[in-house]
Amino acid sequence: MQTTLSPETRADLAPSLPQKQAIKLTINGTVHHLELAPWTTLLDALREYLHLTGTKKGCDHGQCGACTVLVDGKRINSCLTLAVMKEDSDITTIEGLAAENGLHPLQTAFVEHDAYQCGYCTPGQICSAVGLMNEGQAKTIDDIRELMSGNLCRCGAYPHIVDAIREVMHIEPKS
Amino acid sequence: MNSFSYARPSDIGTAVDELATHEGAKFIAGGTNLLDLMKENVEHPNRLVDINRLALSTIEDTEEGGLRLGALATNADTAYHSAVQSRYPLLSQAILAGASAQLRNMATNGGNLFQRTRCYYFYDTQTPCNKREPGSGCGALNGFNRIHAILGTSDQNPETACIATHPSDMCVALAALDAVVRVTGPMGERTIRFADFHRLPGHEPWLDTTIQPGELVTAIDLPAKGFPEYFTYIKLRDRQSYAFALVSVAVGLEIDNNRITDARIALGGVAHKPWRKPEVEARLVGQSISETDFAPIAEALLEGAKGYGHNTFKIELAKRAIVRALQRAAKLEPQV
Amino acid sequence: MTPYIGKSISRVDGVAKVTGKAKYAAEYFAPDMLYGWVISSAIAKGKITRIHTEAALQLPGVVQVFTHENRPSLAWFDVNYKDQDAPPGSPFRPLRDATILYSGQPITLVVAETLEVARFAATLVQVDYEEDDHETALEHNLHRAREPKSGVASLLKSPPPKPRGDFEKAFEAAPFQTTGQHIHSVEHHNPMEMFASTVVYEKDGKLTIYDKTQGAPNSQMYVSQVFNMPFSDVRVISPYVGGAFGSGLRPQYQLFLAVLAARELKRSVRVSLTRQQMFTFGHRPATVQNVSLGATADGTIDAIRHDAIGETSRFEDYFEIVVNWAGMLYPAPHVKFTYNLVPLDTFTPLDMRAPGGVTGVPALEMEVDELAHKLGMDPIELRLKNYTERDMNEDLPYSSKELRECFRQGAERFGWASRNPEPRSMRNGHTLVGWGMATGIWDATQGPARAEAVLTVNGKLRVTSATADIGTGTYTIMTQIAADTLGMPIEDVIFRLGDSNMPLAPIEGGSWTAATVGSAVKVACEALGKKLFKMAQKMKDSPFADAKWEDVWFSDAHILLKTNPYAAVSLLEIVGQNGGRAVSETATSLPNMLEQRKYARAVHSAAFVEVEVDEDFGTVRVTRAVTAVAGGRILNPKTARSQIIGGMVWGISKALEEESVMDHQFGRFMNHNLAEYHVAVNADIQDLDVIFVDETDTIVNPLGVKGLGEIGIVGMPAAVANAVFHATGKRIRSLPITLDKLL
Repeated sequence: MQTTLSPETRADLAPSLPQKQAIKLTINGTVHHLELAPWTTLLDALREYLHLTGTKKGCDHGQCGACTVLVDGKRINSCLTLAVMKEDSDITTIEGLAAENGLHPLQTAFVEHDAYQCGYCTPGQICSAVGLMNEGQAKTIDDIRELMSGNLCRCGAYPHIVDAIREVMHIEPKS
Repeated sequence: MNSFSYARPSDIGTAVDELATHEGAKFIAGGTNLLDLMKENVEHPNRLVDINRLALSTIEDTEEGGLRLGALATNADTAYHSAVQSRYPLLSQAILAGASAQLRNMATNGGNLFQRTRCYYFYDTQTPCNKREPGSGCGALNGFNRIHAILGTSDQNPETACIATHPSDMCVALAALDAVVRVTGPMGERTIRFADFHRLPGHEPWLDTTIQPGELVTAIDLPAKGFPEYFTYIKLRDRQSYAFALVSVAVGLEIDNNRITDARIALGGVAHKPWRKPEVEARLVGQSISETDFAPIAEALLEGAKGYGHNTFKIELAKRAIVRALQRAAKLEPQV
Repeated sequence: MTPYIGKSISRVDGVAKVTGKAKYAAEYFAPDMLYGWVISSAIAKGKITRIHTEAALQLPGVVQVFTHENRPSLAWFDVNYKDQDAPPGSPFRPLRDATILYSGQPITLVVAETLEVARFAATLVQVDYEEDDHETALEHNLHRAREPKSGVASLLKSPPPKPRGDFEKAFEAAPFQTTGQHIHSVEHHNPMEMFASTVVYEKDGKLTIYDKTQGAPNSQMYVSQVFNMPFSDVRVISPYVGGAFGSGLRPQYQLFLAVLAARELKRSVRVSLTRQQMFTFGHRPATVQNVSLGATADGTIDAIRHDAIGETSRFEDYFEIVVNWAGMLYPAPHVKFTYNLVPLDTFTPLDMRAPGGVTGVPALEMEVDELAHKLGMDPIELRLKNYTERDMNEDLPYSSKELRECFRQGAERFGWASRNPEPRSMRNGHTLVGWGMATGIWDATQGPARAEAVLTVNGKLRVTSATADIGTGTYTIMTQIAADTLGMPIEDVIFRLGDSNMPLAPIEGGSWTAATVGSAVKVACEALGKKLFKMAQKMKDSPFADAKWEDVWFSDAHILLKTNPYAAVSLLEIVGQNGGRAVSETATSLPNMLEQRKYARAVHSAAFVEVEVDEDFGTVRVTRAVTAVAGGRILNPKTARSQIIGGMVWGISKALEEESVMDHQFGRFMNHNLAEYHVAVNADIQDLDVIFVDETDTIVNPLGVKGLGEIGIVGMPAAVANAVFHATGKRIRSLPITLDKLL
């Protein structure tokens, strides 16, 4: 049987590259000027162009939460937005969370509670937890569990992640 | 992902013009589904028109006593908005049952209406799919169709067969609420009844909605009646959170003196669009909540349902979910 | 100074992980680095007739497109492609020829100046195939099952033991019998970090490779043999691994492709896989198992039969220990175990957390639960009735086995005593509540390993071994062992791993790393200690001039006389005598085979689970679980607890959610992403508790430790399934227990 099953191609797509443009990104309080084509995602801009590799790529499709960053204080999946779309925003990554001397309280709590194993989902978990606290919707342990469900942890550190966040939020263990 | 150009208009007119003058252009708002599909090579717009600068993010009262949800208000801002929570808690519940906190912070109300199916075959460009590649066939029909539709499917003609479902939770609530979609396009403004917004696959499974080329959703209007007292959204899925619905049910009831005076039931995860049958809902009106047997209502809603093997369980599951949802909405069962 | 071993020390690599400074394979950069994008086969079997690369090559920024047609000549023999975890057979060679062996096979690598250009160019490549009929369904091919071929890997994985007694006769005579067929789908490891290799092309043509692997030396060996390069020209570095769970035990194809491109183009190259491509190599194989138990009225299990058929690829015979566990757990005199394979048109399966153990033990433990139900006996009582102090397969006593204590303490913590044995006896509205338990077991092994210990001129202890830390806590426990061995404050001890230049250690897997590398760290530090002691003896006015090695001990970074704590010399002072140079020792630790062979060595657990099942919807939620583990000496309760909790989460995920579903029309996994391949999310996990019972073992290894990486998962799936049975009265023998199976 002769078949032609090929990667999706379309005749109307002439093989040419998109125009690069000047893009200004404010990340962790620092303004970065980049020349990027519009097809660069915020995640790839951070990792491949700015070498801010603390933000992780775990699926590139909004299905794992490893790429979570804060945009104007709100947590988002940086893999599903284009860098060019975030020109006017304040972006905070894991590299920008710690205070001058020392760690963010959530970072300290994650270490203390062993709220990770391999560490790959960890920056996304922590940024997500910061976003969770900013949102102010979580009142109970079950709220934390539900509202942190956008961050997969394949090592299965969930109970410790919840312990760490709960402690920083002053929520009782059995609430 | 293919090569594309980028535009960021600051007013609606320019945005609409952008699409009118560029064939193959698409609007982008939250980007949560479009960029996902572009990386999968399922979508390939040659130009993205970023509409995030348009002033469409407000949530405000309408003159008719309803609520207007700006197309660019995020799902999160909508679900947590005090007017939505107090007057349309069903909508709030449905939105919060979907996706993750991160995605809800990005996804917009307008974009949610255009979420495309989660059908595996639609996503995998190496398999046939009439929705993605018209005429290529339907891989799901005789394949792995556990998440697929049981109602309103198109399965007769191999070249148009499609058993995909609509994946949104928000839209199931909007369907129950009789929302109205406001659009602006090259021909001006118009409104579309929510029931008419999404369509069944029919002979053109590649079309998800009835929106015309170049039209932009600007708002979703909620009528005054929001069922704030008697409502529920039940979502059944393979894990506790962050999973698409196998079956979901949105119910809104009005009850006066133990009698149902209005009823809405919308189903998700079972068809190419949120599934409603107003004539079946009407059978509930006038019934006493404590004496009504909801099972025949569930039966009637699932009339004509057809399983394709892996998804046949959905028929029974949907019936049970409808009964439970009606009981819950009527406060015969705890909301949980 | 109190010892660090046994203390809940926070991870020494913790700050690096919470600040984003820990760097993984795709996070290293080199000047002018190129990006590779893999194109995967659309068909499951057949051959490529043509690859149209012209359009891609015309795209500005595309540097090269590699296919089987233009790849360089490489090693000819299978043996060159064999890695340390290769099963018997002929290893897969990417871009070898036009033959398609499985759907998702890497067939082309597009290399470009940026990630985005490579990704786009890949969409411009068209592939023509000639398709052959494929066979991918295990259940339709059971008639083709045959015995696995044996090879080097069989040394670690014993084939099923010979039958003992007369199973058929004993089973027939047994007044109480259970028989069940157990099936489960393929599962994929899906570590959070996708496989990636960053190959840095050095000026002299040497390669520095940042690879995602569970063993840097394994990747080094593979690259050097396949590409005919001296070991000294290939350095593999892997300090952080974003989860692996077995998937990093073999070099994955992105390593081959990145090295090939870097060598051909003489430039640095990074190749990362997509999440979809994470479903295009090794996986936990599907199995079909039959388990039969026969018992007398008092609960004595007389007869056990366990047969399993697993899948493998057409080119390698992957096999695992699925059916042997019954002989290790229960002393039945009449047993029969068989294990066979069906080759299919898929990639070769690959060890995945507790390979075989979490496949076979759950089937066995569900039938034991069924037997208890039929006997009207408490499931723990039945297990105690059939308790064994010997591994009946080897006919050897266990070096230690505190499973009885696991049952006792686990039951107490869980509140098992108040369980009503009747199924469907606990209900809250529509919610049925069930309690289930099961036993877990995994091997406690030790291998050979090397480590180097260095006392720096600043008085810091630096220890290295080419092992890995895939999240298991290797960095931390090795630091603790080193600190205790030489009496150093833990802040002054640095342990490094994940570099092929370091002393050799085996791939990190099988729960053997704590024992294996821990022993090496201990002997290396001891050797360094002896060297330092000798140096101290030679110092002017040495208090140790007449002392023997046995007379001294190490504490607070000093060597001290046991008899006189004031007779002490600081380690800093000793190294100061070395002419401005550090003092180092490298040592090898070997298991004491002569002693160990007299014993069976295993880690045990008892898992207790509560589920809530919605009677109408079939939705299952694990509301709480307790696992009691007999794992020898616990080096660090904090990281140890994380290991067990992680295993429990995996067990819940496996029992209720995980399956890679293949459409046999296409021979292709269809739910190949993290939205549709469900793993447990935070909301799936409620209260989990872990107990480590006291267990002293002087045989298993000098540290008395047993690995904890796998034991946490082994007991869980059956405990969940047994709890579902208790809740609903339905015995679901097909995992995962999705809601449709309970409707």
